[in-house]
Amino acid sequence: MSSGEITLVEGNHPKHSSRETKPASSLQTGAGLLGGFFEWFGNLGIFAWQVIRAAVTPPYEWGELVRQLDDIGSKSLPLVALAGSAIGVVLSMEASSSLTRFGAKSLLPSAIVYSVIQEMGPIITGLVVSGRVGAGIGAQLASMKVTEQIDAIEASAINPYRLLAATRIVACIVMLPLLTLAADACGIFMGWFTQSLSEPLSLQHFMQVGFRGATLNDFLPPTFKTAVFGLIIGLVACFQGMRTKGGAEGVGRAATSSVVLASLFVILADVVLVKFILVVFP
Amino acid sequence: MAATYDITAKPVNGEQTSGVPAVAVQDLHKSYGAQKVLNGVSLSVAQGETLAVLGRSGTGKSVLLRLIIGLAKPDSGSVRIQGQEIADVPLDAMGEIRKKMGFLFQHAALYDSLTVGENVAFPLDHHRRDLSRAQRDERVMQLLGEVGMEAARNKMPSNISGGMQKRVGLARALALDPHILLLDEPTAGLDPISSGEIDELVLKLQREHQMATIVVTHDMHSAKTIANRLAILDKGNVVIEGTFEELQQSDIGFVKEFLKLS
Repeated sequence: MSSGEITLVEGNHPKHSSRETKPASSLQTGAGLLGGFFEWFGNLGIFAWQVIRAAVTPPYEWGELVRQLDDIGSKSLPLVALAGSAIGVVLSMEASSSLTRFGAKSLLPSAIVYSVIQEMGPIITGLVVSGRVGAGIGAQLASMKVTEQIDAIEASAINPYRLLAATRIVACIVMLPLLTLAADACGIFMGWFTQSLSEPLSLQHFMQVGFRGATLNDFLPPTFKTAVFGLIIGLVACFQGMRTKGGAEGVGRAATSSVVLASLFVILADVVLVKFILVVFP
Repeated sequence: MAATYDITAKPVNGEQTSGVPAVAVQDLHKSYGAQKVLNGVSLSVAQGETLAVLGRSGTGKSVLLRLIIGLAKPDSGSVRIQGQEIADVPLDAMGEIRKKMGFLFQHAALYDSLTVGENVAFPLDHHRRDLSRAQRDERVMQLLGEVGMEAARNKMPSNISGGMQKRVGLARALALDPHILLLDEPTAGLDPISSGEIDELVLKLQREHQMATIVVTHDMHSAKTIANRLAILDKGNVVIEGTFEELQQSDIGFVKEFLKLS
């Protein structure tokens, strides 16, 4: 009887019924996504607060911090140097062609130096480290989580936020600017090298022309903005790793989401930071 | 009854327990979402005593251990460690209380990037910074010796068997000389010979250290061997608690069936 009533209603107003259902469903999905988005940020904020509290109270995990500085810094160096070099080569080739067309080839060293130091070096370093370190941290902590190793640390009366998260985040913050300097150096050197293949030019002259009129404000803020990238990479990767659930699949998900989210937030932060630097250091 | 020693003798490190249970949980409730896991559990363990907690899978045995060591917070109820209430202590302020406890995880949970020796040294490196390198190494060898694993000191956890991993986990749990030992399925997944070895090891450690021990297990034979008292959990509550003989005399249908099938 009940089903008969339902059939009658559907039969009388099929289009109306369908119109009512679809928007409600989309609305629910949208609300769910929005809720999930804010919940994720809320949990990230709570996680960040727990890490800060753990990081500023003794005992400090100096040994683990040094190990992470080495792991995140020295092991990322070859990759960052390679990426920086490639950017230098590409910039040199592209800029050479464009500047020649506009009769401004003498500006080539400055174009390479400024492009590399102000934008390409920092963002490439941020993205390369997001990939290598973000995935590494996310997968490692997720694996520790699902095998109860993080619980074992906690059961041993050791704060995992201090030992695992704070050390990795601080190491990312410290190492990103240093890796950026390495990427910058490689990019500028390879920019000169590429240029000198077609038109011999001494490195000294290239540097003199490239850095002419430059001030510290041109170089320090773009380099140190990568400390924010480091914070984002470390925080997001640790958060995604330490909240993992569900075996090998969860570990894979944590590694992937760490890279994707860290890269995305690095790019978004770059937009904000570039504007901030332009306003504060005109 | 498997108790082979006087449980009232030899308080740990000469400390007087003054009749206060080492662990006492009262009316403990815990739910995960809609699933009620613990529904008013009350238990206590005296210093030097071993309590085995048995029950079907999913009855909240492991959750009970996690609540006792503060890895999770109860929804309501009381958890007292040597008389100190911990249910209201924030999770991040549990450090000092946890130092009194050793925890053996079901799958040992050894740190897979560290060697066996480094795993055992891990709590010492963080809480006994007063020890010199030589003293620390000596203590690690002593602990590995207690569980018969000296030879595996430089091996990685992935290169030793499940039974060996549990032994190493036990050595790590004993590193800070705990007053309370929590064992989560110490014989699960082991062959009968390895299970027997773990049981003997737990008994030996009990005789030597006189800790309050709570063992969560499915293994009735193991429980009979190592525990003074047994408690059976069903649907988040304690169905019966007592010696093995007392359990055998029970008229409760679930207990009879459990003992018959074990």
